[in-house]
Amino acid sequence: MTQTHDNSTDNLEQKLAEFEQKIADEQKIEPSDWMPEAYRKNLIRQMSQHAHSEVIGMQPEGNWITRSPSLRRKAILLAKVQDEGGHGLYLYSATETLGITRSEMIEALQTRQAKYASIFNYPTLSWADIGAVGWLVDGAAIVNQISLQRTSYGPYSRAMIRICKEESFHQRQGYELMYEMAKGSAEQKQMAQDALNRFWWPSLMMFGPHDTDSAHSAQSMKWKIKRETNDDLRQKFIDQTVPQIEVLGLEMPDPELKWNEERGHYDSGEIDWEEFKQVINGNGPCNHQRLKHHIKAHEDGEWVREAVRAYRAKQKPQADNQVA
Amino acid sequence: MNEQQTNLYRFLIALADDSIVLSHRLSEWCSNAPYLEEDLALSNVALDYLGRARMFYQYAAEVEGKGRTEDDLAYHRNEREYTNLLIHELPINDFAFTMLRQFYLDVFYVKYLQKLSLSQDKMIAAIAQKAIKESRYHLKRSEPWIIQLAQGTEESLNRILVAKEELNDFIGELFDMSEWEKSLAENGISVDRESIKAEWQAYVQGFFAQSDIELDSVELRVHGGREGIHTEHLGHMLSEMQYLQRAYPGNEW
Repeated sequence: MTQTHDNSTDNLEQKLAEFEQKIADEQKIEPSDWMPEAYRKNLIRQMSQHAHSEVIGMQPEGNWITRSPSLRRKAILLAKVQDEGGHGLYLYSATETLGITRSEMIEALQTRQAKYASIFNYPTLSWADIGAVGWLVDGAAIVNQISLQRTSYGPYSRAMIRICKEESFHQRQGYELMYEMAKGSAEQKQMAQDALNRFWWPSLMMFGPHDTDSAHSAQSMKWKIKRETNDDLRQKFIDQTVPQIEVLGLEMPDPELKWNEERGHYDSGEIDWEEFKQVINGNGPCNHQRLKHHIKAHEDGEWVREAVRAYRAKQKPQADNQVA
Repeated sequence: MNEQQTNLYRFLIALADDSIVLSHRLSEWCSNAPYLEEDLALSNVALDYLGRARMFYQYAAEVEGKGRTEDDLAYHRNEREYTNLLIHELPINDFAFTMLRQFYLDVFYVKYLQKLSLSQDKMIAAIAQKAIKESRYHLKRSEPWIIQLAQGTEESLNRILVAKEELNDFIGELFDMSEWEKSLAENGISVDRESIKAEWQAYVQGFFAQSDIELDSVELRVHGGREGIHTEHLGHMLSEMQYLQRAYPGNEW
């Protein structure tokens, strides 16, 4: 396969036109295809942020693995956290197809250049929080990810299709845990209500700012990296979740949640955007803890990675000799 | 329960405790491992041991016949009632310690479960047949780690040697037979642990030789797990593991 490296303006314009035609025709962009630098950068930002979210998300959920109240629940939680780590791994690999390495991405995370989902900067304080995370946080993530199955970048789209299957399973498990608690003893019901109250608003924030305030939305929509707007996705999540709260028999976490016949949607109260901004900018309850944990695990493991590199380097001459 | 049933019950509880305690330790690595791949792998091994524990507890509850559940057995017995062999409960320390313990146990379980899968007790044999597949796979994973760490850097070798020294005190107990276990072995239900010792030693020694490491003599040193005499570490593990069940007794989770 020959590739020309003619960067004349005509050539670039032609490539851009072809690229945009592909997007318009709903064809997937693949790693070997030409793509505008801004498209690549935008994807690296979004996909690595997604990968980091999966990995950092292991912490608040992992917080309860050793305290799971039954062997069955422990197996479910351990397998779930393992799944999340697997999603992280899969997404790091998918992002590497854009010409960045996993260690570069990890460095960007640890130096706060790359973000992760703000929801994981909230603490998991009771066992019911594990249910709330599965039900609400994974629930919100799925709404977003189902939409992303149609994203224009091939590897990302395929990752989403695969990941959505597992996330739906997690969401049902989380809901089942909440159900058991909401229908359990008075103390358990209180834990369930408290978890719902605390995780409701941060879950809504997961969809990002209003469309009018979203920095990356317009360009991402144009290139079909994003397929639906933040506000539309948020509304979808609210509409599907309110009836589930009713089934649990818990109080609504927002008194303004009301069915609007005319719109055919639930109305809801306004998100505290100041809190959103604070947490995104590193001032949430667990921002420091999460990054410190990640950095510590990374640094504690450095001697292991160094040993692996040293071992491989010693093996290499031997392997070369064998070939000779 | 007659004497045979009591012995069987003690045996099942002991094997379940071995598994749950090791599973708990391995799960502590989740989000703390040197590679994301190891977060996943160690969680997987933890899940395998958790699965074993559940099968042994469920069968123990059935043998006991008092209507207790796997959770009653795991969450409502205290340190003195737990009868795991001590090597399983030692803290994870560093990655070298965790992997060396795992290697020792993987070699042990591959040999032990092989024999246990021939148990006259059909249920025990079935559990062992399932578990041995897992242990064979675990061994395939722990061996390359020991080689890489032993032949990696000076630091990684040193960490392996430090781990080896600490673990040395706890290996002997793996091959120690209590009276009730002997009685079960005579009836073809359990396995004579002492009969595995020489094989285990030869295998580990042979494997270590590739990396110029020597295995110290295997003798019974620190012991007491089967009588409920533990290290100080187990109490802390159980207070964490059992917290919700103890704080809110009688609730379903």
